[in-house]
Amino acid sequence: MSQYILRRLMIAIPSLLGISFVLFIVLALAPGDPFSELATNPNVPPEVQAALRAKFGLDDPIYLRYLHWLSAMAHGDWGFSFVSRVDVDTLILQRLPATLYVIGSAQILALLIAIPVGVYAATRPYSLFDSLANTFAFIGFSLPTFFTGILFILIFSVKLDWLPFVYSDVPGTGIPWLLETIRQAIMPVMVLGLFQAASMTRFVRSAMLDVIRLDYVTTARAKGLGQAKVIIKHVMRNAMIPVVTLIALQMPAVFGGAIVTEQIFRIPGIGSLLISSILANDTPVVMAVTFVFACLVVLFNLIADVLYGWLDPRISFR
Amino acid sequence: MFDKDLRSMIDDVKGGRMDRRAFVKRMIAVGLTAPMANQILAIGGVAMAQSPNPYKPTKRGGGGPLKLLWWQGPTLLNPHFATGTKDQDGSRLFYEPLASWDVDGHLNPILAAEIPSIKNGGLSADAKSVTWKLKPGVKWHDGKPFTADDVVFNWEYATDPATAAVSSGTYADMTVEKVDDLTVRINFKKPTPFWANAFVGAYGCIIPKHLFVEYKGGKSREAPNNLKPVGTGPYKFVEFKPGDLVRGEINPDYHMPNRPYFDTVEMKGGGDAVSAARAVIQTGEYDFAWNIQVEDEVLLRLEKGGKGKTLYAVGGDIEFIAINFTDPNVEVDGERSSMKTKHPILSDPAVRKALAMLVDRESVKKVIYGRAGRTTANYLNGPEEFVSKNTKWEFNIEKASQLLEQAGWKAGSDGIREKDGKRLKLLYQTSINGPRQKTQAIVKQACQKAGIDVELKSVVASVFFSSDVANPDTYSKFYADIEMFQIPMTQPDPALHMRRYLSRNVATKENKWQGQNFPRWVNKDYDAAIDAADTETDPIKRADLYIKCNDLLWQNTVVIPVMHRLAVEACSNTLRPALSGWANQTDNLQDWYREA
Repeated sequence: MSQYILRRLMIAIPSLLGISFVLFIVLALAPGDPFSELATNPNVPPEVQAALRAKFGLDDPIYLRYLHWLSAMAHGDWGFSFVSRVDVDTLILQRLPATLYVIGSAQILALLIAIPVGVYAATRPYSLFDSLANTFAFIGFSLPTFFTGILFILIFSVKLDWLPFVYSDVPGTGIPWLLETIRQAIMPVMVLGLFQAASMTRFVRSAMLDVIRLDYVTTARAKGLGQAKVIIKHVMRNAMIPVVTLIALQMPAVFGGAIVTEQIFRIPGIGSLLISSILANDTPVVMAVTFVFACLVVLFNLIADVLYGWLDPRISFR
Repeated sequence: MFDKDLRSMIDDVKGGRMDRRAFVKRMIAVGLTAPMANQILAIGGVAMAQSPNPYKPTKRGGGGPLKLLWWQGPTLLNPHFATGTKDQDGSRLFYEPLASWDVDGHLNPILAAEIPSIKNGGLSADAKSVTWKLKPGVKWHDGKPFTADDVVFNWEYATDPATAAVSSGTYADMTVEKVDDLTVRINFKKPTPFWANAFVGAYGCIIPKHLFVEYKGGKSREAPNNLKPVGTGPYKFVEFKPGDLVRGEINPDYHMPNRPYFDTVEMKGGGDAVSAARAVIQTGEYDFAWNIQVEDEVLLRLEKGGKGKTLYAVGGDIEFIAINFTDPNVEVDGERSSMKTKHPILSDPAVRKALAMLVDRESVKKVIYGRAGRTTANYLNGPEEFVSKNTKWEFNIEKASQLLEQAGWKAGSDGIREKDGKRLKLLYQTSINGPRQKTQAIVKQACQKAGIDVELKSVVASVFFSSDVANPDTYSKFYADIEMFQIPMTQPDPALHMRRYLSRNVATKENKWQGQNFPRWVNKDYDAAIDAADTETDPIKRADLYIKCNDLLWQNTVVIPVMHRLAVEACSNTLRPALSGWANQTDNLQDWYREA
């Protein structure tokens, strides 16, 4: 198996190179430059702008800039943000905790809702519970997060005044700090979690229904096994294969942040870093974040493949 | 107000026969603002008044936290690199200039012991040097004393080309020398009537020599203190996350008595202007939000029964339509809108005049800007003594039509006017921004009625305002017939603001479209007036020159002013901020306090 993993990793290198090249070209060809704000300011002489462009290598040809980026990256140097002149890795590490905390909690919430509801609904298809679960799931994933986000703000912040809608670092320590940290995350976690849970519930339910009708399940029942045991040990394990794929492919999103939700609640996460960097034409940051994202997609695909083998021994590593 | 009267009044004030307050009042009565009245006095040899201080707290601290919401958070904290107001505002929490423009537009000493004047020997009569006395006993946050060496160093730092400091323009035409530990002298290369630029306001913030001396020039990015400011300001640095959060705590050794009032300060970034207004006005989660350029009806709705309100500061920012004097559709030597061409339609003054008459400023104000805008016919809208009284705008479709008719533009079968086979069709571009698109629609409608076909175009702001040479859609390339945007006036003196339209500043391929004269208008009278104003030390004559420039822009319809825009801030009902239209919002943060 370790050979299999090694082989997969080797294949990943050229694809990541390809991805980085395409990303770089697209960013280099995109219009705008990081010093646009200086252009309308009469206080700043044009020479300064030109000097900055030259200093940051913006006037070099694209292939040269790409090679430069690549060699720096190979040495572990991610470059620095043109806008804040801070090293990119520092910026990303600063933003990661908030993203992991909020988006991770939302993902866990989604799983905690989706798996029990999906499994239970599948065992009683077309029952009242199933219909209700389906209805809510449909409503859930038809409502975009920017809509539910603002709806939540209007209800819980403006009308009821229960929860803050600006997510900010809470100063202090101990229990009050903990409570405040949880309190301000409630709305974004709910908005994201419910959205994720909706689609995942549908997915779990259909995966369960596919397996539940197979012969080996009937055999298990015929042998006199209890309902709970059949569902949990025999059906769920197999039904989880597509679900694991889905979750694994969503993991990069946990690290990548949720751009819309982070923007609405002002969560200082990777997603908001990405969007503000795109708006400011801060190429090194956009490049680094999207590249990390690409790496994560490749990595979690691999993890999903390994998990398949563990869930279903018929799948072998070759 | 005539020259002679004014001079005798200044003499009266000098001789103690007239109270300086009375002088300022009389100047205001004849249409001058307090800042100019004071500038006049300063140049006339009378020391500037310190404005009556509205600050009430009687001890330092005890005000709890101050929570600021900047929907674009600061991304760096070195004032010499600050590319936008957000960065200047963030670094201003910790760094201070020698003086700043206060609420009333007076120059207020911060790190200076006094404001230079002819009387105290600070200003030379030939306007070629300024001597600043520094406040004794001021300490950097790390305990080191603040001295003249620091001030001189900031000039060296900013003017070193390798540093590529955005403040370099501020410090370019001067030398700065140390007289003694607490005195510095600025020597200008030529007479400089507006001397209060270097070391004043946002670009005037001073960084400590002992922490930055190793990081001058090419190594400027590597200075650890770029991220950890050590200044002299009311708040000491605690934490900084670029684009997200700046946090500070009270400076117990601050050099002004009883200040600051708040124990901690937090500047949170991110999100958008509407939700920032909501967090301050409606839910009261934050105390103050910056730059709320939101349609007025939204703000009025939020203000109903809310915990906050909007505040307006009057500066000189102008939203206007610029006219292209060159042909954007003909390419000469690989360059469109080339100086070798003439605009086929807009070179006709009648068309330009008609166009100015078709901008319904009253509707634009009513529908879009509300309290945040003032209708105007002037490009130069402040300070008051520079504002022309000779111009008057009017909205009159009929008159505009007549004007076009007389100039030979006859309506064709489809109602669009034509002359010599040229159709009266214009491409009108601006940046993507709700109010701007609405203004475009209003102007287009009026033009249609007068027989002008207007095609609208909107460009993403990050492209429109970029200096990207490769992009055809930037405002400075101006590949359209007319275009609209806002030019902020960054200081209470028109020199920089008006220098834009000098003939030698035309944006061309040759200067990579970095020239700021994008209408590409050439006028000898204008050039002569600007050049004369640059070295004119008599404030009255100087103001006249700028008024003349403004009137030339209006008479020739180079730009069509649409709205004099005010700065809009959201503020909690209890907070008492000290805001000035001539300064950044955090420039007087030491004077902010809260009233129950």
